[in-house]
Amino acid sequence: MGFLNKHQILERSPTLLLVGSLIVVSIGGIVEIAPLFYLENTIEEVEGMRPYSPLELTGRDIYIREGCYNCHSQMIRPMRDEVERYGHYSLAAESMYDHPFQWGSKRTGPDVARVGGRYSDAWHVDHMSDPQSVVPESIMPKYAFLSDVEIEGEYIQDLMKTHRFVGVPYTDEMIEQGPADFLAQADPDSDFDGLLERYPNAVVSNFDAQSELTEMDALIAYLQMLGTLVDFSTFTPEASR
Amino acid sequence: MSEHEKDIDTETGVETTGHEWDGIKELNNPLPRWWLWSFYLCIVWGIWYVIAYPAWPMIKGATEGYLGYSTRANVAADITAFNDKNADLRAALAEVDLAELEANEDLNRFAIAGGAAVFRTNCSQCHGSGAAGAKGYPNLLDDDWLWGGTLEEIAYTINHGIRNETDLDARWSQMPAYGEILESDEIDNVVQHVISLSSTEFDAAKAEQGAVIFDEQCSACHGVEGKGERDLGAPNLADAIWLYGGDIETLTDSVKYARFGVMPAWGPRLSVSDVNAVAAYVHQLGGGE
Repeated sequence: MGFLNKHQILERSPTLLLVGSLIVVSIGGIVEIAPLFYLENTIEEVEGMRPYSPLELTGRDIYIREGCYNCHSQMIRPMRDEVERYGHYSLAAESMYDHPFQWGSKRTGPDVARVGGRYSDAWHVDHMSDPQSVVPESIMPKYAFLSDVEIEGEYIQDLMKTHRFVGVPYTDEMIEQGPADFLAQADPDSDFDGLLERYPNAVVSNFDAQSELTEMDALIAYLQMLGTLVDFSTFTPEASR
Repeated sequence: MSEHEKDIDTETGVETTGHEWDGIKELNNPLPRWWLWSFYLCIVWGIWYVIAYPAWPMIKGATEGYLGYSTRANVAADITAFNDKNADLRAALAEVDLAELEANEDLNRFAIAGGAAVFRTNCSQCHGSGAAGAKGYPNLLDDDWLWGGTLEEIAYTINHGIRNETDLDARWSQMPAYGEILESDEIDNVVQHVISLSSTEFDAAKAEQGAVIFDEQCSACHGVEGKGERDLGAPNLADAIWLYGGDIETLTDSVKYARFGVMPAWGPRLSVSDVNAVAAYVHQLGGGE
């Protein structure tokens, strides 16, 4: 039997074929995946990143629940037109506390990776309640009901523990203060010094301008911090990454 | 194959694999030439790719590749290349004394064209793609300015924004919520007086009483005649141009709860030349002073 016909040995034994396939796929997988965990140019540490505050984390859950990712990406690609429109291209590190990340793959609406601080809280309320009232050409559905759903943060500690379980470095103190921080961020009259110490650059505001704490507050808290943590006036991207 | 008898299929004259499944034999046709060559070409291309582009993981980093390709370097070069094409104009626009911009025809044309693009990208979401504004977001086409309509004033507003927490130099004023100060019938009267400033359809008796309250409570900012005060961003109430609405219900809300319109500071997001460009664009829309 010539060398070129040796494949018949494998092809005629299902077990051998299975074992052989497994070996080949494993090698491919290891070569492609394993280096991502140790190569320096795939792990970029960036100053300013912090875990989501309890209210932001809740807003993020609402973002996912409402399927915002179906129309909005959170990934500014390294291309001139995107950088001109949305700001500095997204860094991998900016999604480091996202489980799962919200990069998205389709833009019916614009990218929201750096929407934080771009609009006033009142604009977000107007826009979420009736998008066409501020952007007549928009086809976004209305999310006015978010202002009617009150939230108390009763499961916030469980949510934070779950994120810690998958790798977000929430400290015991953060989890202990979770319910208090949850309420403080939407109340500018509260004592939020501790919140800002635990979550630097968090925006404290009565986001929806109502006295009740609603899902609208949480979602706007999340949107107002998106893409704001890294200070790009001091960050210099390395070309090799 | 020499030790085997070749098994030739009688129907087609093609050699079989020599294996039999319930009397059925498999023809051992060679692979099509084009397929085989495509396969070999893919292997060659793969080897070339690994050499030319960043590919093979080493201990600290991946191989850089013969062509030295880098997405980040590419986008940086791309942006620089475009900026360099207008480098002179951009530099001039960043340094220009805004009062003299209109006299410099070329630079002014460049500023307005560039400003239009900046406006569509960053401002249209609130002020509308045609700059006509929306409820709570000022119309920029008219000559009714809250904080001033000269090029310098517009550029200042864009740079620092209005009533935001991020810029210490942001334009700032806050109307008190008169629901906590006046009785509701007093508010009704003030509303009638405010309507009387620009309309003929109002309750004269109420407006007369409202005028007294207006004089005491409102005139400090809005002026005795209700014509507003730009230093305080207090709107002109006598020009029939309404930011939130001029009907009784909306005006009652405005007096009762007050309004607090916020505009973000764009200085940190836009370059100096972009701020000047969009100021020039807004200034020439119709109401520039």
